[in-house]
Amino acid sequence: MNKEIRNLKQFSTSNDRFEGAHLLCPGCAHSIIVRELLNCTDDNLVIANATGCLEVCTAVYPHTSWDASWIHIGFENAATSASGAEAMYKALKRKGKLKDPDKPVKFVAFGGDGATYDIGFQFLSGAVERGHDFTYVCLDNEVYANTGGQRSSSTPIGASTTTTPAGRISYGEKKMKKDIVSIMAANGAPYVAQVSPNKWKDMVKKYQKALSIEGPAFINAMSACTTEWKFPSNETIQVSDLATDSLVFPLYEIEEGHKLTITYRPRKIIPVRDYLGAQGRFKHLFKKENEYLIEAMQKSVDAKWELLQRREEAGV
Amino acid sequence: MAEKLKLQEVEVWDGNMAFAQAMRQAQIDVVAAYPITPSTPTVHGYAKFLSDGYIDGEFVLVESEHAAMSGCVGAAAAGGRVATATSSQGFALMVEVLYQAAGMRLPIVLALVNRALASPLNVNGDHSDMYLGRDAGWIMIDAFNAQEAYDLMLMGFKIAEDLSVRLPVMINQDGFITSHTAQNVRPLQDEEAYEFIGEYQSVNPMLDFSHPVTYGAQTEEDWHFEFKARQHKALMDSKACIQEVFESFKTVTAREYNIVESYEMDDAQIAIVALGSTVESAVFAARKLREEGIKAGVVAPRLLRPFPYEAIKDALKDVKAIATLDRSSPGGALGMLYNEISAALYQGDNRPIINNYIYGLGGRDMTQENIMEIFRDIKKNADAGKLVTPLQQFSGLRGPKLSFF
Ligand SMILES: Cc1ncc(C[n+]2csc(CCOP(=O)(O)OP(=O)(O)O)c2C)c(N)n1
Ligand code: SF4
Repeated sequence: MNKEIRNLKQFSTSNDRFEGAHLLCPGCAHSIIVRELLNCTDDNLVIANATGCLEVCTAVYPHTSWDASWIHIGFENAATSASGAEAMYKALKRKGKLKDPDKPVKFVAFGGDGATYDIGFQFLSGAVERGHDFTYVCLDNEVYANTGGQRSSSTPIGASTTTTPAGRISYGEKKMKKDIVSIMAANGAPYVAQVSPNKWKDMVKKYQKALSIEGPAFINAMSACTTEWKFPSNETIQVSDLATDSLVFPLYEIEEGHKLTITYRPRKIIPVRDYLGAQGRFKHLFKKENEYLIEAMQKSVDAKWELLQRREEAGV
Repeated sequence: MAEKLKLQEVEVWDGNMAFAQAMRQAQIDVVAAYPITPSTPTVHGYAKFLSDGYIDGEFVLVESEHAAMSGCVGAAAAGGRVATATSSQGFALMVEVLYQAAGMRLPIVLALVNRALASPLNVNGDHSDMYLGRDAGWIMIDAFNAQEAYDLMLMGFKIAEDLSVRLPVMINQDGFITSHTAQNVRPLQDEEAYEFIGEYQSVNPMLDFSHPVTYGAQTEEDWHFEFKARQHKALMDSKACIQEVFESFKTVTAREYNIVESYEMDDAQIAIVALGSTVESAVFAARKLREEGIKAGVVAPRLLRPFPYEAIKDALKDVKAIATLDRSSPGGALGMLYNEISAALYQGDNRPIINNYIYGLGGRDMTQENIMEIFRDIKKNADAGKLVTPLQQFSGLRGPKLSFF
């Protein structure tokens, strides 16, 4: 059952199933994204976690940050561990072997963008196609943070990472970020959305929707990473604001694979360069020879926003 | 509740059907599986039972074997009976997760129909896959024919789920030779089989929400070593339970299983140590040679992991020469059986001459002739009291002889 949430104060002081004593960097958005999901429902939770920052920082034996059933198998298979657990739940329910058969259970998987866009892509696609009743949340920090900041297929063009470093003859990552949201909608997930922790109410609403629909839901959560994006650890929410207000990271949802709704329209759209300028990973773009890229990025963000609006209007 | 099937006293099943029937009788809660030759018919059989209402568990049709084992781990941690089947490349794709299943002490049962690993691509039976999994921390048991595949599969659940064990179990049978050959199998009736295995008992299930659990935590140098040591101990200690399960199976069926099987060994001077369907061929060959006055015998470890060093030492305490038969490419070393058997005997008073024969790769036949030739070969060593034949040879290979050391 969804928890009734009136305001941030009441929400932030309610029961906490994700304990504060973890090893994530100060300012890491992962913890906000995860805590809000765990705390937005009163249902029992089974959580599967892919290898990555969240996993290595929250379950270091003999400690655990999880006041819920939690499993980590490997880097790629969080969606499949959730599938297996959900299948067991169904089997035991049918056989009348569940301890508390009437209390609802929700299955949730967390994976970084590396785990989701790359190595676990096949596993996620399979689990969604099979229609397991679970919610997959991608903690999209656009980089393999846990292994030292290598590029993933979510890394935006122009970002300097440890495997695509900006240098004398390179401006960093050369490829476009993969459009995971469209892919997952096309894959058959009945509910797909993008969220960002600066818009906490939007995020919680989408979580509650994802958890309450039957079947697979996919949520791509922008997770600002102080360490790899290179910004001060007290600016996580400000950087996230810049992302959503410049429309680099637009907030929307897609139901039944096609019905797109934009859930946040900035009152004042800010230039992409403001977002880029706040992070060390894009510093080199402000050199004269790279400035053209900022223009190109602005154009691409504008085009994407236009497309989203047209899709919303068309309603098909 | 799933319907029961009435079985004949003797059924004609191949090894895959034997696996599938045992899995049905175990009433597994979750099977997550992906097809691969030659284990596919195990999964077909299971699916048919499901679609006819003889099973009421969940069948998760995953997109790969890595996902099959991942799904099994998630399901087993949730708390219930879990199994899957695979072979060869599929098993290789599972390897990462095999270690995780064992490390989490999840009693998953894997029906492994042995097949060669590519390349070259080959669908036939050898033991390359079985050997690939040998350090993953699973209990590994070997069936030599379809009857044993059935029996051991039933016993596999009982062993894996025993509260003193809680380790995953792999039951091996030879691809095609056993898996696709129809044989007479004497099954238990459904109730009897289910009663023998017993109800599944949960240990720290994720679906018990009054006791939240964390599975698959991280340990570094501070704890990892202790975990692995405990896991090894659990594996070593499982021998006692395995022995007990073999014994209780005997009281139900009068069929006897031992962690090391011995044939014609009472007065044997030379012995072959082999696995899988080759064991029965070797027993025939030994009996033939006995007609010529050659005192030949056969020893076959039923249990590959934990390796039964003591029982092996005991079974081979009087022989003068041994041939260890490995159905897997040695990959730049002496074969696995050679190494294990030598290690077992080096600690004992009897230190016979031990040779290593590589045979049957990619499903190449192992004939009576081949086996008799091997027996005759090692008899030369026994008679000479020293090694007079090459230490490692390829048996049944076309073209020039290939030997090493
Ligand atoms: C099969 C496998 N390959 C590689 C790794 C190494 N590895 C662990 S975490 C990780 C990166 C995680 O990145 P991401 O999924 O984006 O999560 P983040 O740490 O950024 O939250 C990598 C490459 C692994 N654990 N397993
Ligand atoms: S490296 Fe980034 S994602 Fe990882 S814990 Fe630190 S801030 Fe979070």
